[in-house]
Amino acid sequence: MGLKDQLSRALAFYDEVLRLPHRAEIKRELRDENDIFYLLSFSEMLGLPNPVSYYTLELYPEMIEDFHDWHLRMGMEKSPLDGIRCC
Amino acid sequence: MSGILLAILGMIVLAFGYRFYSKYIARHIYRLDPNFQTPAHQYNDGVDFVPTRKSVLWAHHFTSIAGAAPIMGPAIAVYWGWLPAFLWVILGTVFAAGVHDFGALVISARNKGRSIGTLANRLIGRRAKLLFLFIILLLLVMVVAVFGWVIANLFITYPASVLSVLIQIPLAVIIGVYFLRRGKGMLLPSIIALVVMYGTAVLSTYIPALQIDLVQYLGGEDATIAFGLDAVTMSFLIWLLILFAYVYVASTLPVWKLLQPRDYINAHQTFVGLTIFLIGLLFLNPEVTAPTTRSVDDVSWLPLLFITIACGAVSGFHSLVASGTSSKQLNKETDARLVGYGGAVGEGVVALISIIAVGTLFATTDDFLAAYPSFNVANEEGLGNFIEGAAQLATGLFVPEAIAQTIAAVIVVSFAATTMDTGTRLMRYIISELGREYKAVTLTKKHVATSIAVGASFILVLLPEEERGLGGGGYILWPLFGTTNQLLAGIVLMLISIWLIRQGRNFLISFIPMVFLIVMTVFALITQISTEWWGDWLLVVLGSIVLVFAMWIILEAYVLFKNERGEKLEDDQ
Repeated sequence: MGLKDQLSRALAFYDEVLRLPHRAEIKRELRDENDIFYLLSFSEMLGLPNPVSYYTLELYPEMIEDFHDWHLRMGMEKSPLDGIRCC
Repeated sequence: MSGILLAILGMIVLAFGYRFYSKYIARHIYRLDPNFQTPAHQYNDGVDFVPTRKSVLWAHHFTSIAGAAPIMGPAIAVYWGWLPAFLWVILGTVFAAGVHDFGALVISARNKGRSIGTLANRLIGRRAKLLFLFIILLLLVMVVAVFGWVIANLFITYPASVLSVLIQIPLAVIIGVYFLRRGKGMLLPSIIALVVMYGTAVLSTYIPALQIDLVQYLGGEDATIAFGLDAVTMSFLIWLLILFAYVYVASTLPVWKLLQPRDYINAHQTFVGLTIFLIGLLFLNPEVTAPTTRSVDDVSWLPLLFITIACGAVSGFHSLVASGTSSKQLNKETDARLVGYGGAVGEGVVALISIIAVGTLFATTDDFLAAYPSFNVANEEGLGNFIEGAAQLATGLFVPEAIAQTIAAVIVVSFAATTMDTGTRLMRYIISELGREYKAVTLTKKHVATSIAVGASFILVLLPEEERGLGGGGYILWPLFGTTNQLLAGIVLMLISIWLIRQGRNFLISFIPMVFLIVMTVFALITQISTEWWGDWLLVVLGSIVLVFAMWIILEAYVLFKNERGEKLEDDQ
């Protein structure tokens, strides 16, 4: 392995070290945004009036994978909705 | 004694500690299992729980715990001669800090990556959790106060460093908005930012117009401004107001806007600083002129040495980092040895460098004795001496001393500022948590909690009165900070001991340092309250609160060890 390769590996390692905490923060922020979006989409199950609930139906196929992770994160073992049978 | 020899001696002992003692603990006491499924794998969510390579995790853990504290403590403690400080750093790291950091990491990993406060709740009960929160809160109030005071003093002493430090803020915001938010690489922009900062430091050193010297602006040291305050005190007050306003804003902004890119730039500074010191030391090979030991008649080294050097020998703060983030990212349980024990060893090396930088600064022993006439002066001047000592080591790399001093001041201020806003942010979380615990909804609001945090620290900086007037007594808080930090370490070692007893293993490795720390802390508190602080009611009250907490812990520990029922934690495997 040449000196150039070693240097680039060292730089990559260094960058990885510094990115570690930031990557998590950015992902957490994106996840929180996503959770709010989900909350809006499924607000009817909490009894909150949601004017766009009809349109969110179209999103279900797109969201079914993420939805499973979401309800687990929200502390629900099984899917809370009859319409979505993810588990 | 040559500086290089001292460094090599210290590093050999630390290396032996890591090679043999930590291996013994890993095998026979904590019994690490390479097949144990760590929380990072069990709950892998891509955010908090992520399996991470052990070398990357070690480096991240080390940069999280290495700040201004392991530099400041030893720079003060050299007052009693270099040998006591050196021995406490080396032996403390090997037998106390290593066990403490390593143990906090292992217990947390064995319990779903829970934080040490939650573990206290499970191992001892709700009282312990609240006690924990209050102690951490007290610790943070002091940290923010002490470092606010430190930065204001450094700005007055080294006006050439001010512009560099100020310029870091817009640079960090630009990096945050343009690179971090858009997921681009930050390495190159942050290195460019660092070059700009150091370029500014070089220019400011030689161009007086770029030095933001408030004392000069206000008419020189002898001028009296308003309210009977002289120019130095007024400058001090102005810097403090600016600093605390900045900390308020920095800790309420979203992290990616300012804090993260700034941490990123500061991480470079950690490595730049360490590299320059070590290479400079090799080239310069200075003699240690500080006395080996020294008998003084104002403040005895026993027990104060053990609380003056907190970070660098053993520090309770590390358990918060170990159990808060690092335990959620362990790839294998066996990696905990490198990350926990190895992180503590890294911090020990930083403290060692601080001892060598101050110990080799002066030309003769008499100069040293003149610079360290009393413990109060040592507290006040310690960090300044470290900056000058570090700058002298940098001359070994042919860096002009004036420039090296400015850059060393920039590095120390950056560390202290990072500690300040991280501390404020943590305080906010804890105040909110206490608000929820005691059903005080107002406290859970972001700006209310931050105002309380910043306000409390600000008052704490201004209150202690000294012959130098306003704010001159800020350094008195350092021993109090050390005491609280050691107390926290004592509690964590107690948790580790309880856990080991319940596992039916040899608990002496954590029990002996625990007893030592708690005895020293209580001894130091009683001494300080009855002599040094008597008459300054703020310190007496704060010291007494910490003393009550310490007694409370001793009671809790006694009751627990007496009635140990051997219930294992339900999900402890």
